[in-house]
Amino acid sequence: MKPAFEAGRPHGASKNLEERLEPVRKMLLPCMQCGTCSGSCPNAWAMDFSPRHLWRLLLTRNGEEIFKSRTFVLCSTCYSCTLRCPRGLPLTDAMSMLKQAAAAENVRMHRRSVGFYKSFMESVRRHGRVREMEFMTLYFLSMKNPAIPLRFTPLGMRLMAKRKVSFEIPSRGMGRLDAFFRKAKAVEDQS
Amino acid sequence: MKYIYYPGCSLEGTALEYNISTKSVLGALGVKLVELDDWTCCGATAAEGTSHLLSFALPARNIALAEKMKGDLDVLAPCSACYLNLKRVEREIVLDPGLLKKINQVLETEDLVLKGKRKTRHLLDVLSSDISARDIASAVVRPVNGLRIAPYYGCQCLRPYAVFDDPEKPRSMEPILVSLGASVYEWDMGGKCCGASLMSTAPEAGIKLVAGILDAAQDADAVVTVCPMCQMNLEAYQRRASKMRKTHYAMPILYLPQLMGLAMGLTDEQIRLDLNLCVPDGFLHKLPDAQAV
Ligand code: SF4
Ligand code: SF4
Repeated sequence: MKPAFEAGRPHGASKNLEERLEPVRKMLLPCMQCGTCSGSCPNAWAMDFSPRHLWRLLLTRNGEEIFKSRTFVLCSTCYSCTLRCPRGLPLTDAMSMLKQAAAAENVRMHRRSVGFYKSFMESVRRHGRVREMEFMTLYFLSMKNPAIPLRFTPLGMRLMAKRKVSFEIPSRGMGRLDAFFRKAKAVEDQS
Repeated sequence: MKYIYYPGCSLEGTALEYNISTKSVLGALGVKLVELDDWTCCGATAAEGTSHLLSFALPARNIALAEKMKGDLDVLAPCSACYLNLKRVEREIVLDPGLLKKINQVLETEDLVLKGKRKTRHLLDVLSSDISARDIASAVVRPVNGLRIAPYYGCQCLRPYAVFDDPEKPRSMEPILVSLGASVYEWDMGGKCCGASLMSTAPEAGIKLVAGILDAAQDADAVVTVCPMCQMNLEAYQRRASKMRKTHYAMPILYLPQLMGLAMGLTDEQIRLDLNLCVPDGFLHKLPDAQAV
């Protein structure tokens, strides 16, 4: 089986990373470096740069540097920072925009999270609803690690025993939301 | 009381018991649900990780479908990720008409139009705001007296939109738990993050959050949740967390309507505790009429 897409390989990159950073930069301009976001983040301890530090880098350095950081892929979208930022900045959205840029440009270093999100979306494109087992199988394929599809993991086996997920071979062919996804991409590329 | 029901993908798979117990409990409380016909995925947290527009267009498709239905019904979502995604559309299109236009361009492919005329409600919002604790109490036939229950809210039903609870110190579950006869376990982890998809994308970080919550719940008899992602993370990774912390977690993680169903005397088929990955016998024996079971 071939993966539905290759994680970590650029294909038809339309914009460059630098360009994709511009709107995030604009958004972060009012940041006053108070550190409330870092203090609120449950994952700051695992990040190479704290959220506050990442915003500083974003405002002073070029794109490549930002994407070498793992900070934004460690954002678990808990919205604590967004809720508390004294400047009212939509910080969770900013983290998501960095994830979107990394996904669009297939930044290889972040293939674990990029592959995860894309596999999920691939299953949604095909069926309209995500099929958890297919999604996890696609994910492992995209990671080039087909040895551990969900069904062979202890958790996968426990879920199958409960009949909560069923073994499925990922199916290609006409997707339920093909046109929908294509249109979204077209509209997004225009703007 | 009547709502348009949007179960979302998890409730048809890993969170099947949340789906079944939600419908059973609401039914027993006299609430009517009409399932949204032809619903599709809300995009969960994955759409946001790949495409800004899809993260709005996917949930919007479901709201547009709901708008075609008769009456002025709210959309009820039990899953916090679904809830937030639909709520985001509801809030953001008001602030950004350009976004609404783009969403509608995408919806054209499905012959749908979004007007922004439906409100999305979280199950916990409905249970705590539309139904009174007194109504719940009067439906209770075997109070779960003496059980110490830790209310766990997670993130997305609380933040970033503060709709029905305090986003930092949530308390909306407490009157419900009290009306079931339970005592509320005091802790400050109720609104903390479970790690969401980090358990797959960066497990070394996710597992710490899971273990932190399990540690804090130590003296509770069970944790109740209102989100499939939280429930899965807290329940399924207890073995891994135990290994990491060199301890043995065996904490039942129930969906709130499952605990309600127990107190309301619903049948096993209506609650489906057998679908949870682990409900230790010790917990079942603590239930009031365990002897009779
Ligand atoms: S909380 Fe807001 S203002 Fe303070 S450092 Fe973070 S982004 Fe900047
Ligand atoms: S939303 Fe992301 S960056 Fe902000 S506090 Fe939560 S995990 Fe940290």
